[in-house]
Amino acid sequence: MKIKLTFWRVVFIVVMALGLYSTYVRYLHGLGAVSNMSDQFPWGFWIGFDCLCGVMLAAGGFCMVGAVYLFNVRSLHSVVRPAVLTAFLGYLLFIVGLLFDLGRPWFIWHQLIYMNPHSVMFEVGVCVMTYTTVLFVEFLPNVFERFHLKAPIKWIQKIYPVLIVAGILLSTLHQSSLGSLYLIMPSKLHPFWYTPALPFFFFGSAVAVGLAMTIFESTQSSKALGRQLELPVLVRLGGALLVALWINALLRFEDYFHRGMLREILKPSYEAYFLWLELAFSFVIPITLLSFKKVRLSPNGLYLASVISLFGFITNRLNVSLIGFERYAGRHYMPKWTEFSVTLMIVAAGFALFRLAVEYLPIFPREEYIEEPVAEVRALPRAAAPALEHAGD
Amino acid sequence: MSKALLYDSTMCIGCKQCEQACATQNKLPYDDAIAAEERQSDHKYTVVMTRGDKFMRRLCMHCEHPTCASVCPVGAFHKTTEGPVVYDVWKCIGCRYCMQACPFSQPKYEWGSLNPRVRKCIMCPDRVVAGKQTACAEICPTGATKFGERDDLINEAQERIRQNPSTYLPRIYGLHEIGGTCVLILAGVKVEEFGYPASEKIGDTPTPEYTGRVMERIPDFVPLWSLVLGGIYWISHRRQEVAEAESLERTRGRKNTQGGAQ
Repeated sequence: MKIKLTFWRVVFIVVMALGLYSTYVRYLHGLGAVSNMSDQFPWGFWIGFDCLCGVMLAAGGFCMVGAVYLFNVRSLHSVVRPAVLTAFLGYLLFIVGLLFDLGRPWFIWHQLIYMNPHSVMFEVGVCVMTYTTVLFVEFLPNVFERFHLKAPIKWIQKIYPVLIVAGILLSTLHQSSLGSLYLIMPSKLHPFWYTPALPFFFFGSAVAVGLAMTIFESTQSSKALGRQLELPVLVRLGGALLVALWINALLRFEDYFHRGMLREILKPSYEAYFLWLELAFSFVIPITLLSFKKVRLSPNGLYLASVISLFGFITNRLNVSLIGFERYAGRHYMPKWTEFSVTLMIVAAGFALFRLAVEYLPIFPREEYIEEPVAEVRALPRAAAPALEHAGD
Repeated sequence: MSKALLYDSTMCIGCKQCEQACATQNKLPYDDAIAAEERQSDHKYTVVMTRGDKFMRRLCMHCEHPTCASVCPVGAFHKTTEGPVVYDVWKCIGCRYCMQACPFSQPKYEWGSLNPRVRKCIMCPDRVVAGKQTACAEICPTGATKFGERDDLINEAQERIRQNPSTYLPRIYGLHEIGGTCVLILAGVKVEEFGYPASEKIGDTPTPEYTGRVMERIPDFVPLWSLVLGGIYWISHRRQEVAEAESLERTRGRKNTQGGAQ
């Protein structure tokens, strides 16, 4: 097979090369050399993006499994497998990201033997470990089907109800717990983002992101694979996304109202600009867009609204983890290029693995392929790359 | 009964002998350049800051309800019965949640190391267990840093304020802050000017309570939510079964009536 050098392959190779260099710096010169983290800013971009955003962006898995298997919405069946694949890859890459961020990653297994039940981080760790295993089992039928192994699929089908309930339970726990991580820092996190409702917001936004991410990733893979778009499915997801965004927006409003913050959030300040950016992208623009029936019924409109809301929720996580601490720390934190490059490498690896998986495994229903070989491998699909590059700004 | 340190900044002369004794005790380098650093770091667990003729010491507060011990996923921090909050390096995985969460930002990190440790004052636990004072209290020439029982030190601090109300601000920093600390501070100026978090900002609530309110619900939440999810699963699939059975019956019924008409 001849491998053609396309634009996105070149980008992929450059991203990987830079990432490997940063990996070298990380493990041979330490965290201080590779990042701009400091005693004033012990948690940086890797926690903010790789961990908080990574887990959030993988929420599509439990959302779609919940919709299709728990609520038995059969019409969404075709998006479950890609969503589970995205989630599985997302969690694997989150763990890879963690290996970069932890100061002593070789002791990560200590989590299993030295347990502190009072720690939210411990709960997140246990849930993520268990849920990744659940996702792995949910993903396995793809592999078995590929090799025509019928018996193990039957075994998995037998325990499917347990897997589904466990997966959703674990997701509920750790998606919200990522917000609970910050509950112990009322004096450090800026009041725009510190609220006792943080766990609820983290869970609520994860559901909205799960829907948006499914729209994004279905559209993206249909472009890359030359598959026909299942418009009715997307329209249905878009409707659900609109409802989820409204619920999230109303809860956020209620929180600011309840805490008497409405006047403050309207006053211009450094934090307010970031909050406005977040609220505009996660709520105002996508809700406005999706309120038009024309947008809700068009693949491009749905795609645009989803990507904008994803950008908004990524801003939210970065606000909570980085911007919200700058006032306390008394200094700004700007990630070093090596921090970005490690993250980019992980994201690029995710896209490449997704592409490989849909190529070689029956992720998408067979009859929906258009019978022509797709020549181009797109490591980083066009629309995704700019969105991801801006994610850290 | 826990041990504590009382630091009276009005008695401090800024000689920095506590810094040096701390460095010696913890086998850290100490020279003029390090003495001039006005900031705590992985090689400086305590610092004496100078603002004009005022001095202020900073060190780990050894909270009664330590945030670091509460957040650490592997339990690498714990509060000893004698008072010190100590760190078990062999457990640490390096997540730095302690640093992120500590209201006093006391844990520091070995950013340059390939096997980094969290560094902070551990209140000389070996000496304390052996019935000795901490190194800093022992060396202090003016008695500005005093080691003793926490209750005794509180009484003494209150007595000092009572006798010299013009010298001191009428408060003991650390008495109630986030549930009380084992480092108590007396001062003539606001400690906030030296970087301590304001009392009203950190409050009197022990920080582990903020997460405890959520964490304590989990044991109830898990079975309840599993039941709800399982119930939804059962109902939605049962409905489908019923619908399928009904449609089957309907077609069979139609066939029967057709058969009857013939």
